[in-house]
Amino acid sequence: MPGRGAGPWAAEDAAYDVEAVRKDFPILERTLAGDHPLVYLDSANTSHKPRQVVEAIEQHYLQHNANVARAMHQLGAEASEAFELGRTKVAGFIGAPRREEVVFTKNASEALNLVARVLGDAGTVREGDEVVISEMEHHSNIVPWQLLTERTGATLRWFGVTDEGRLDLDDLDTLVTERTKVVSLTWVSNMLGTINPVERVIARAHEVGALVVIDGSQAVPQIPVDVSTLGADFVAFTGHKMVGPTGIGVLWGRYDLLASLPPFLGGGEMIETVTMERSTFAAPPHRFEAGTPPIAQSVGLGAAVDYLTTLGMENVAAHEQAITAYALERLQEVDGLTVVGPKEAVQRGGAISFTLDDVHPHDVAQLLDSRGVAVRAGHHCAKPAHQRFGVQSTTRASFYLYTTEAEVDALVDAIRHTQHYFGGR
Amino acid sequence: MADASQVDALYQEIILDHYKQKHGSGLRDPFESEVHHVNPTCGDEVTLRVHLDGGTVSDVSYDAVGCSISQASASVLNDLVVGKPVDDAFATLDAFQALMQGKGEVEPDEDVLEDGIAFAGVAQFPARVKCALLSWMAFKDATSQALTTQEDA
Repeated sequence: MPGRGAGPWAAEDAAYDVEAVRKDFPILERTLAGDHPLVYLDSANTSHKPRQVVEAIEQHYLQHNANVARAMHQLGAEASEAFELGRTKVAGFIGAPRREEVVFTKNASEALNLVARVLGDAGTVREGDEVVISEMEHHSNIVPWQLLTERTGATLRWFGVTDEGRLDLDDLDTLVTERTKVVSLTWVSNMLGTINPVERVIARAHEVGALVVIDGSQAVPQIPVDVSTLGADFVAFTGHKMVGPTGIGVLWGRYDLLASLPPFLGGGEMIETVTMERSTFAAPPHRFEAGTPPIAQSVGLGAAVDYLTTLGMENVAAHEQAITAYALERLQEVDGLTVVGPKEAVQRGGAISFTLDDVHPHDVAQLLDSRGVAVRAGHHCAKPAHQRFGVQSTTRASFYLYTTEAEVDALVDAIRHTQHYFGGR
Repeated sequence: MADASQVDALYQEIILDHYKQKHGSGLRDPFESEVHHVNPTCGDEVTLRVHLDGGTVSDVSYDAVGCSISQASASVLNDLVVGKPVDDAFATLDAFQALMQGKGEVEPDEDVLEDGIAFAGVAQFPARVKCALLSWMAFKDATSQALTTQEDA
């Protein structure tokens, strides 16, 4: 096994025991059709869940289940406490100054839609104003801003992407101006893997009085995040990509800002009082959480951030960096394979998209699947980023805290098999 | 869910041949209708034109971007419907669609589907059924539009 335990790409060093980590994820022990062990390289899509998270959710449903904040019985109190404890844990995990700054949504898409909607309703973005995004955004950080600017008569502008796959900041000062009201940017690209210098963009945006929304969907799972020093006004992310359950996302926002914004959805739990004529609204975060919230999911997400904290996010990030470096090196040994995105593991996250000469990504993914290797093929909800590089789709391998060098080797072997299959028949 | 033999069943020699050498590829004049269909989950795209001559499918021309399954399927579509009465072409379409959506339990009729029977293995792969049907659905749409235009004229 090349590189194992030696050299700069030693992902499996003493500080981080990936084999011990893998024991917490029973799904990784599966073998698939044809007796191939599962090689799961689709964690940027969704991560697997450790036993600890699943058991926390199970315990909640089996022992403490009730609705929150409105059940005047003991189970109701337990469920409410468990739900709010999840919020406290998430707030601690991202360094939020106040736990009330953590708003639970159903996913990161909803979190981004929430911000875009209420900033329009609040009149923060009006006709003639500008909103700035980038060409490397996930559709979730494009479409809500298109809807907002169409609704308000504002203009949508965007940063380009360099040939290397980096954010093009050459026109930072002409793109982000006094007309800019919001800059919404991904921290880590889900397609290119690029880690963006968000601090620079935040500094410029605040210079001109614009708000900054950070899409942290790929960042929060793999790099240490401290919103108290980041400087952003909002950060959106999702539970299921960070070993937590599906069905829960997070919008973190500065408290004073959240407190100044109107509600998103109307319903139970988000009100202060309701008459037939009008309503007044609860303080954040409940103002933005209409209806029964994701209760068991909050418990699960709390267990997920406990799990990540025990591993240490510095260690998770170092492992991600090492495994990505190893994969970039191994993949680029394959003739006819082109990495779309930064080719060196510098300011780079653990998602690698690539094309293979003469084999369409669907066919690549299909052949890899027949060898137990799970990857994603298509546009990864980032069509403009693909268009930027003149490709209709790519194959994407993405890594996480349980990925081993042996799995990267299996990927490379399966790619060679694919080339032979389509070239040699 | 897929072992090597199922993958071999998916990528029949006939499919790979059509993929490498597409029949009737490219956009041509004349045509009565042109449609553009996409597979939103993966981004496969086809622009397809239909030229009718009375009740006969005189030409189906197309420009397609996508995987081997979607490309080969467009090629086979061209083989099977060009020169046929519209009713026969639609019957073939129905047979192909039934095969694709039959979860592997539909026995294909070679007299009707010819090279199209090679797609029987696709039915085992739910994620790929849309690939195989992309150009066929585009053909159905374009032909229906062309027929409407004819009736209006």
